[in-house]
Amino acid sequence: MTSQRRHALSRVFGGLTGAAAALILLGLAVILIDAVGGGWAALSWRFFTEGPGEDFTQGGIFPALYGTAVLTLLMTVAVLPFGVATAVYLHEYARPAGRLARLVRAAIHNLAGVPSIVFGLFGLGFFVHTVGGSLDAAAGGGLTYAQPGLLWAALTLAVLTLPVVIVATEEALRAVPQELRLASLALGATRAQTLMRVTLPGALPGILTGAVLAVSRGAGEVAPVLLTGVAFFMPELPDSLASEFMHLGYHTYVLATQAPDVDAARPMLYGTVLVLLALTFLLNLLAVVLRSRARRRLSA
Amino acid sequence: MPDRVLPVPHPRRLLQGGSRARPRGALTDKLVELAVTAAAFVGIAAVVLILLFIAKEALPLFLDPAQRSDASLAKLFLPQPWRTGQPDALIWQPVSQVPKVSVVPLLLGTLKVSSVAVALAVPVGVAAALFSSEFAPRWLRELLKPVVELLAGVPSVVLGFFALTTLATALQDSFELPYRLNALLAGVAMSLAIVPIVFTVAEDAFTTVPGTWREASFALGGTRWETAVRVVLPAAAPGVLGACVLAFGRAAGETMIVLMASGNAALVSGSIVDPARTVAATIAAEMGEVVVGGMHYSLLFFLGVLLFIFNLVLNATAGAWVRARVRRREGAGAP
Amino acid sequence: MRALSVILALLGAPALAEPLTVKGSDTLVGLVQRWAASAMKEDAALEVQVTGGGSGTGLAALENGSTDVAMSSRPISDRERERLIARYGAPPREVAVARDGVAFFVNAENPVRALTLAQLRALFLGDVSRWSDVGGPDRLVVLYTRENSSGTYAFVRERLLENEEFAPRAQPLPGTGAVVNAVSRERWGLGFGGAAFARRVATLGIQVGERAIHPTPEAVRDGSYPLARDLYFYLPPEPSPAARRFLDFVLSDRAQAQARAAGFFSLR
Repeated sequence: MTSQRRHALSRVFGGLTGAAAALILLGLAVILIDAVGGGWAALSWRFFTEGPGEDFTQGGIFPALYGTAVLTLLMTVAVLPFGVATAVYLHEYARPAGRLARLVRAAIHNLAGVPSIVFGLFGLGFFVHTVGGSLDAAAGGGLTYAQPGLLWAALTLAVLTLPVVIVATEEALRAVPQELRLASLALGATRAQTLMRVTLPGALPGILTGAVLAVSRGAGEVAPVLLTGVAFFMPELPDSLASEFMHLGYHTYVLATQAPDVDAARPMLYGTVLVLLALTFLLNLLAVVLRSRARRRLSA
Repeated sequence: MPDRVLPVPHPRRLLQGGSRARPRGALTDKLVELAVTAAAFVGIAAVVLILLFIAKEALPLFLDPAQRSDASLAKLFLPQPWRTGQPDALIWQPVSQVPKVSVVPLLLGTLKVSSVAVALAVPVGVAAALFSSEFAPRWLRELLKPVVELLAGVPSVVLGFFALTTLATALQDSFELPYRLNALLAGVAMSLAIVPIVFTVAEDAFTTVPGTWREASFALGGTRWETAVRVVLPAAAPGVLGACVLAFGRAAGETMIVLMASGNAALVSGSIVDPARTVAATIAAEMGEVVVGGMHYSLLFFLGVLLFIFNLVLNATAGAWVRARVRRREGAGAP
Repeated sequence: MRALSVILALLGAPALAEPLTVKGSDTLVGLVQRWAASAMKEDAALEVQVTGGGSGTGLAALENGSTDVAMSSRPISDRERERLIARYGAPPREVAVARDGVAFFVNAENPVRALTLAQLRALFLGDVSRWSDVGGPDRLVVLYTRENSSGTYAFVRERLLENEEFAPRAQPLPGTGAVVNAVSRERWGLGFGGAAFARRVATLGIQVGERAIHPTPEAVRDGSYPLARDLYFYLPPEPSPAARRFLDFVLSDRAQAQARAAGFFSLR
């Protein structure tokens, strides 16, 4: 084969791999266009401020927005301390090849691979029935905590998003130059002072990236909350940690499969999908921006 | 690869010296280290507790005599009588006068949907990763990666919705499928969910192949394509395999897409255009209705244990492959 | 321990009285939501929260103590009754609140307009699988059924299939709305659900001799439509005062008129 032909072939096959990349972009574009095209018209002030009306054909998604916000807020509060502390342990304290560090890494790696529905089962078996059951027993009988609710769903999602926060935080810690830590120590600061005043502040944007990614994940995950506290429809907003709640992702599922008249509920469905997609995209973009700004700041 | 960016001693050693010199900070130091180390156990505890608690809820299936007779191993895995005048069959119908609890249709359905998804996502994802690391100009690569991340961020319920409302009609009309909702549809939608994993892990594997290897290939007169296929791809093969395994695991555990798009009929059939019911979708569809502590409840947790262990094994396999790749690269010695 | 229980009570219990929870049948959930809205308008002290999930879910919740009222689109099973007796010490209170006809839906383009019960039975059992077997074109029948928590599912299995299993090919869907939607999009689909849900699909008549009987109010009330059923509330033997007030409202003429307006059939 002549060299010319080989180079032509190379271009052809290179072009084919480019086509594969284009196919991925196309998939994303089709989903976006479908959601925006179908959902744009449904967006209105009412859509964001009212509850779903009769048969899910009118009104809005406010309770689902509210439920998702409270849920992910609780989740973030629960996951951040543990996630950040674990990453600090792995990067700042543990010997890199130490047995415990390896074990922790293996556990996080496996945790990231556990299917989300299994987290749902875990939340139901552990938080709802075991922890909730003990709380109810401690409160003197009754049934408040031993049933699915906001708190249990948030904790379940916190376990699910733990690896996200750990990975992002560790990456951020790695980006803090070693010289900064050494300079701090040379000036006489203790390890704890160095961590609190030098290392963690330096890693803050990366930690925020992790939190944002975790929220994005938590807002869209349906399978775990399905078993731990999400409600089909609620006339009132959740008013305690034990209340059930509505959720954007689950609301999408309900509208797509269980609305009494699926065709009539279509505008609401597309609107919900658009809001959910826009929310996760914005959060992911925010993460990208935060990350690149963090890199620039540290390299400057 | 972390930690060794700079040729300085690990801070730990320096720091221990420092704390001895300053007794007042020593206590805080010790407490912080203790707290941080304790927190690190949460990750380990989570994995252990997950297995422990789902196994605990599944256990009555094997210990409780009534449950054991309703869902014996033979009933779980072998053909059972289900209708007079019909041959024994593998039926999943756990709510019935005589519960039929064969998990074979569910395993088969999971396998079918995941295989379709992997068969579609792997070629596309690997080729796109090859494009990104070997052919694309830098600016395009910088654009491609965040876009793939965006696709990875699309909630699976949105992919399920897209499959159910738009893709189902398109597929049925173009291929004249007898069923609107089927394993193929769920697999196609699922491939969108796992293609980012394949892309990211494969791209990672390609970029760790040393640039000198490529330069050597070019110097010997290899074209870009020849270099990509004969040098980069073989060198990164374990990483690519790892990507496939991870993608398969994710597909097998994915819930919402299949719940919405697969038709959910627990069929024993080899055809990918028939409906299929998967393990994960079964748990999601049936858990809401069961009586806590009953046979059906234990059975669904048992399915969860199967999923958990399956993913654990896949993860360990993929991890071992990726590590083997790194070790070999280090052993082969960069330039 | 005392302090803990106070904190728990503060966190867990809202300031107002606990709302009355009603849970179960998806067939009933829309109607009961309307009832709840009207009842709360008439009785300011009443707060009712309605969730679906299927009759089995509602009855399981009643047994677990996580709902005050279970809605069911089928009579309670013996097993469930025994478990409730074990939980409450006496049989649960059963009240029929409305009547419904289970209709069979086909796509509007399907030429088949009526089938006998035997034909429907053969189709759903999977004994025959093509429309040509029942007088239609030679196309595969795409069967839709409901998830096994559904009262409609249990009702059809008992009354039509005589407790045999549905064909494994039948695709279970999570709600009647989903069945209707699927059949409206699947040209050769066949599904079933409450007659009130039929939209953009054709409702099959049931062929009895020379007559095709449709699930009209008259046919459902006088029992000539063969697949009619009562829809029930199940309550603990000693219902709470709030549950009693809600029940009184549901059985009132106003509520029954609302049921008719929603496409159900009233008891009278």
